[in-house]
Amino acid sequence: MKKKKKWPEDWQDLNPGCMVFEPGSAREYHTGSWRAERPIFDESKCIRCGVCYIFCPEGCISQNKNGYFEADLDYCKGCGICAHECWPRAIKMIEEG
Amino acid sequence: MSKRIGMEIALAAAEAVALCKPDVVAAYPITPNTHVPEHLSDIVAEGRLDAEFICVESEHSALSACCGASGAGARSFTATSSQGLAYMSEIIPIASSMRLPVVMIVGNRALSGPINIWNDQSDIMYQRDSGWISMFAANGQETIDMAIQAFKIAEHRDVMLPVNVNLDGFQLTHVVEPMEMPDQKEVDSFLPPFKPIATLHPDKIVSMGTLGLPEIFNETAKSKDEILKDSRRVILEVWKEWEEKFGRKYEPIEACEARGSDVLLMTLGSMGETAEVAVEEARKDGISVGLLKLKLWRPFPFEELRKAVKGCKVLAVLDRAVSYGGPGGPVFSEVRSAFYDMQERPVVINEIIGLGGRDVPVSDFRKIIEKSVQAIKTKPEEEYEIFGVRGS
Amino acid sequence: MSIVENFDLYAPRLIDKEEYFSAGHRACQGCGEALAIRLMCKALGKDTVVVNATGCMEVISTMYPTTAWNLPWIHVAFPNAAAVAAGVEAGLKVMRRKGRIPDRDVKTVAIGGDGGTFDIGFQALSGTMERGHDVLYVCFDNEAYMNTGIQRSGATPFGASTTTAPAGVASSGKGQWKKNITEIMVAHNVPYVATACHSYPIDFMNKVKKARSIKGPSFIHCLSVCPTGWRVPSAHAIKMGRLAVETGIFPLYEVEEGKYRMTYRPERIRPVEDYIKGQGRFRHLSPDELTAIQKRITLEYNKLLDKVDNLHSWGELQD
Ligand SMILES: Cc1ncc(C[n+]2csc(CCOP(=O)(O)OP(=O)(O)O)c2C)c(N)n1
Ligand code: SF4
Ligand code: SF4
Ligand code: SF4
Ligand SMILES: [Mg+2]
Repeated sequence: MKKKKKWPEDWQDLNPGCMVFEPGSAREYHTGSWRAERPIFDESKCIRCGVCYIFCPEGCISQNKNGYFEADLDYCKGCGICAHECWPRAIKMIEEG
Repeated sequence: MSKRIGMEIALAAAEAVALCKPDVVAAYPITPNTHVPEHLSDIVAEGRLDAEFICVESEHSALSACCGASGAGARSFTATSSQGLAYMSEIIPIASSMRLPVVMIVGNRALSGPINIWNDQSDIMYQRDSGWISMFAANGQETIDMAIQAFKIAEHRDVMLPVNVNLDGFQLTHVVEPMEMPDQKEVDSFLPPFKPIATLHPDKIVSMGTLGLPEIFNETAKSKDEILKDSRRVILEVWKEWEEKFGRKYEPIEACEARGSDVLLMTLGSMGETAEVAVEEARKDGISVGLLKLKLWRPFPFEELRKAVKGCKVLAVLDRAVSYGGPGGPVFSEVRSAFYDMQERPVVINEIIGLGGRDVPVSDFRKIIEKSVQAIKTKPEEEYEIFGVRGS
Repeated sequence: MSIVENFDLYAPRLIDKEEYFSAGHRACQGCGEALAIRLMCKALGKDTVVVNATGCMEVISTMYPTTAWNLPWIHVAFPNAAAVAAGVEAGLKVMRRKGRIPDRDVKTVAIGGDGGTFDIGFQALSGTMERGHDVLYVCFDNEAYMNTGIQRSGATPFGASTTTAPAGVASSGKGQWKKNITEIMVAHNVPYVATACHSYPIDFMNKVKKARSIKGPSFIHCLSVCPTGWRVPSAHAIKMGRLAVETGIFPLYEVEEGKYRMTYRPERIRPVEDYIKGQGRFRHLSPDELTAIQKRITLEYNKLLDKVDNLHSWGELQD
């Protein structure tokens, strides 16, 4: 597979009017690299309410096959909202290291 | 079959636009162009045109709404003048950058201030570098024809750029002339339905008007410039087809008695008609003078210009706008840069005339011809002047 | 009241799983505006066209050659989202009528920041509302021009320090009260106007759904916490929105055909200090200034309750 280029190489390669025809292609960029802290989910405390999923500004929390919630660390920016809002205190932020 | 009509040109322009079946018209009133949107709203109200007529609250919104409609895939039209055009100006270069083929009729009027509602071309010159195709009608017939051609040129696959058609305020907008109005069948066979590059619809998702970082900006500029220059090819094709279908010839520069003339005048817009009268008179008096009527302002017809002045000794460029603190008039500036690399080039003088509706009778053109004849021998001291200004 | 209003425990099951505003966008950590957009899109669903004014949300979502949007999206400029939306709506309407696009409802939704709504985009917004276009306009109000670096807007609250109305020896930040955009929209007599906040996601999404279903213009004023501009920890973004509501600073209500209704009424209104003290932009305020703010907020809140109790719906005219 040809590696996707970050920028169109030549002026002829630009889409007309700089339109973008690949919806959701921002996912190519991984905002996870911005993170200073990461959320750790404790399944034993989780009641699977989905509050964390609702409040994540990145939309990067989803339910795994066991019904528990987890963050996609490719995109998680480490804002700490999920940990702050999880009322059973099932999420802890720990420093990246 | 085309029909002979006698009508105010602004109304005829609206009739011509209606024949192109725009889907959305968004416009705001301003003298001297108000009759165009007024008449279009009449046509919609009479049920002769199935379009959404948006009575926007400003010209900024008029062009913005046209951009939105065009992005959605609708054929869009607006019309304005002077302050209205200036008020749109934030959106004007965006429309071309986004490749939205909006068509606009500009009834040229002086930009304030002082506020003035009469004709010159300072309004459109202020928008010169905005990436639009820009053409000038010299009379009512050309207004009708260009309004229809504009849609075909704008929406051509290789172009997809907005087009402005200019006609001088009052001098043209408010004048009743005999014209030929094509009929619906003729226009339908000339103008195919609008097929946009993309449409704002969930069935095929697109993002329009994205952010361009420095890493791509030079390339976007190059692309804009190349596409606008290349539109010349399409414009010439469309004009050729027009001539075949309707028998009226269009060229970027129309030459009248130009070949072999020592002196040439060059005009833009309706002053060409008065200039023609002066040139005919002068020729009867034995003066070797001809006329170039510039019709295509952007993309600028450099090649045609260089050909048109072959053998001429003095070219008098007549502008109806001033590039303050700069080279004189905007047309003059283009013309001189066109000639820079020519071995044999005419002396070029620049007369800025008819600002803010100041009358320019035939006699004034005669004076300019005289001055040009003198310039064959002695180059005038001043490169440009505002003609007939008191106190100088 | 539990931590999330009306939050039935398994609410996530009820909301659209699709992410129409995808990860990879460049908003700051904990951006309330990005969250609000994500929630709005879920409530709108796929048959939507989004028209975005210039501002943080446009800049962080569409760096060419990529886009975070999974919905048809257009941005033209800063002041004109409402006008562009009017054009999109008119275009879609006429093309549908002429059979050029599928015969189904596609809603046009314009979005703008407070700058793009209260200030520079105000005229276009008023025009679009007055003309009755079938457009939902959502203002994501983070109370300053954030994209250009936290300058004061007509939405900035009294006393907040911004980069153009900074607090200093001779100034206490912004010296004017926040413009009441919601009431101005109500005065346009549009069928639906509401306030909302991302901290009450179900309330917000219900309002978006209601506005979407109404034919004609509607307006939602969504308070959106900007941790960067408000100088609060990113983890507090949701909490701050909740405090704005619980202190009565930003009441949640809707106005349907002129009839006011509180959609969430805290049992006890907390002192404004609870909201203000956690934010860097208010740090300089004196106790006297706090008292003045408290008085004004209480007054405004009571004025609103009067409207809830006394104002009639023009729906009554049909009876
Ligand atoms: C006509 C014009 N003036 C100024 C700007 C610069 N500008 C871009 S975004 C912005 C502020 C946006 O503020 P707001 O609408 O509140 O959105 P936010 O970034 O806070 O989400 C400004 C001043 C511009 N792009 N266009
Ligand atoms: S908020 Fe906490 S308890 Fe609820 S699903 Fe997320 S991790 Fe589990
Ligand atoms: S820390 Fe922030 S970005 Fe990361 S998963 Fe939690 S809410 Fe999402
Ligand atoms: S500055 Fe504020 S509104 Fe803008 S992206 Fe950052 S957090 Fe969001
Ligand atoms: Mg803002």
